[in-house]
Amino acid sequence: MSFPHRSDLEVTTRLSRHQGEAEARTLDGWRARGGYEALRRSLDMSPAEITEVVKDSGLRGRGGAGFPTGLKWSFMPKDDGKPHYLCCNADESEPGAFKDREVIRWTPHLLIEGCLIASRAIGAEHAYIYVRGEFFEETQVLNAAVVEAYEAGLAGEGILGSSWSCDVTIHAGAGAYIAGEETGLMNSLMGNRAEPWAKPPFPAQAGAFGMPTTVNNVETLAAVPMILENGADWYRQWGSEQSPGTKLWSCSGHLVRPGNYEFALGLPLSDIIFDACGGTPSGKPVKAVIPGGSSTAFLSGDELDCATTYEGLAEAGSALGTASPIVMDEDTDIVAAMRRIAQFYAHESCGQCVQCREGTSWVVRILQRIEAGDGRPSDIDTLYELCEQMTGRTICVLADSVVFPLESSLDKFRADYEALMKPSLVAAG
Amino acid sequence: MSRRIHPAVVGAQPFQLTARETFDGPIFETAEGKHRLEAALSRYPTKQAALLPMLGFVQSVKGWIEPADMVEVAEALDLTPAYVHSIATFYTMYSKHPVGRHFVQVCTNISCHLNRAEEVLRGFLAETGTREGEISEDGEFTVIEAECLGACGFATVVQVNDRYLEDVTPERVPEIVAGLRGSRDGGSEAGDGA
Repeated sequence: MSFPHRSDLEVTTRLSRHQGEAEARTLDGWRARGGYEALRRSLDMSPAEITEVVKDSGLRGRGGAGFPTGLKWSFMPKDDGKPHYLCCNADESEPGAFKDREVIRWTPHLLIEGCLIASRAIGAEHAYIYVRGEFFEETQVLNAAVVEAYEAGLAGEGILGSSWSCDVTIHAGAGAYIAGEETGLMNSLMGNRAEPWAKPPFPAQAGAFGMPTTVNNVETLAAVPMILENGADWYRQWGSEQSPGTKLWSCSGHLVRPGNYEFALGLPLSDIIFDACGGTPSGKPVKAVIPGGSSTAFLSGDELDCATTYEGLAEAGSALGTASPIVMDEDTDIVAAMRRIAQFYAHESCGQCVQCREGTSWVVRILQRIEAGDGRPSDIDTLYELCEQMTGRTICVLADSVVFPLESSLDKFRADYEALMKPSLVAAG
Repeated sequence: MSRRIHPAVVGAQPFQLTARETFDGPIFETAEGKHRLEAALSRYPTKQAALLPMLGFVQSVKGWIEPADMVEVAEALDLTPAYVHSIATFYTMYSKHPVGRHFVQVCTNISCHLNRAEEVLRGFLAETGTREGEISEDGEFTVIEAECLGACGFATVVQVNDRYLEDVTPERVPEIVAGLRGSRDGGSEAGDGA
């Protein structure tokens, strides 16, 4: 375990400020740190008022898509007489991302408090926290906290002596990346295969168990209590107009100090990689970075001055995604790295859509033969063709998730692919 | 083994502890089985939603899930055995075959791949004398390659039963395997996480 991290860069620890403190895991320790005060405050507010504060704060979903959280909450129907549900997406499984795990295992009560406040805002009677099955130890910490919350009257009937009730249930997944896609998650919760469904119906219309549902990421919900306590303007002191606040960054790959950090949104990516994480252990230049988890586009080593905001990374041709830069030094075999990334998506494709089921495995087979020196002259063109066929044609974005790194690696590191081709074949092609 | 579990967390109990007990009679007629089923059913609007929790429960007792167990789970939840089978085979964490007492899963995904994960995987296979997925002759080990375990800053990540080992290098593998060999419950003694 390597938390808290030392850093040469100023870190803005707000959401993560109690990570690394063992006492913060207990209810007493959490209350001593001001825990559940935001929940208490939310009980004096109407659901619309809570939603308004979160809307004003500009908080965007931290699971990868970056959709404005308050706006998402506002889609939930009012006074429809149906049960509403909150699903907390704790199925963290995008390669490169490991920030939610840290929130769960150090500050479980923060997550529970965020879930309760969100449930109040959307009128949910039950919050399900769907945790990836492999996170056994984290789940044990979270389970203990939920039981404590029930025993202290913070969950269940008449929360904090009010007339408002909300249940919280922890639900373990069982090994499926696609259960992190919101409709896949709800299908999995219902006891189905974690197959995404085509929208509409949107979750706010007919989600879990056919009822209006909101799905929010762990980090999103964990940001809610501090926003409610300090206000929207406070949160907006960090970041940009379109990307306000602070953000957890999961940094991995070839780094001297890999790990989780929290920064105000908007720092240059290079500051995070070199100042906070200490650059590469080999001391060699950075060849490539995948900035937002393995489903985002490659940046080359000379494209790292971009601002780490949603819009900044989009302008740079990639995406903020889950804010999980994977750093590769000069000696990295890009074709092997891309093959390993593609293998993941081929393994995790749920198989419903042809473009994804066939396309992801086809990409792997081509990359494997290029890697083995058996590439065919047409292979690079075929890969580009597959990129086109796999974009925007499927129920969910798993197929697109291969295209972003694949197409950008072909654009930026074509020479690496060609170097593995037999010289005669490249000439012929 | 019967213990009261708060219904709020019954669907999130560890299921790779590999306790290796057998059920004393039909699963859901045991005291523990009844308690688990009843607690899980109280948390969801449908019976079917208790399916993953109940498959996990079976695996936590037996170490794996065989077709006869799927039939019992199906009956308890008013589902067809074929449907339960389709679920058990969709999710990778359900073992459809027995595994060794220490179930070693080596992540070789991108961040681990960049930090010598393939060497770590080969090391575990060599030290345990197994091929991927098979049980070692002494019944102690099964080693497989795993997809991303979500701890990428601590590469290479290895999961042993229900615990994570972090920052595993090829050099550490012999010592880890020797330690597991001597331990009664490799899962709970080997973890270096939270």
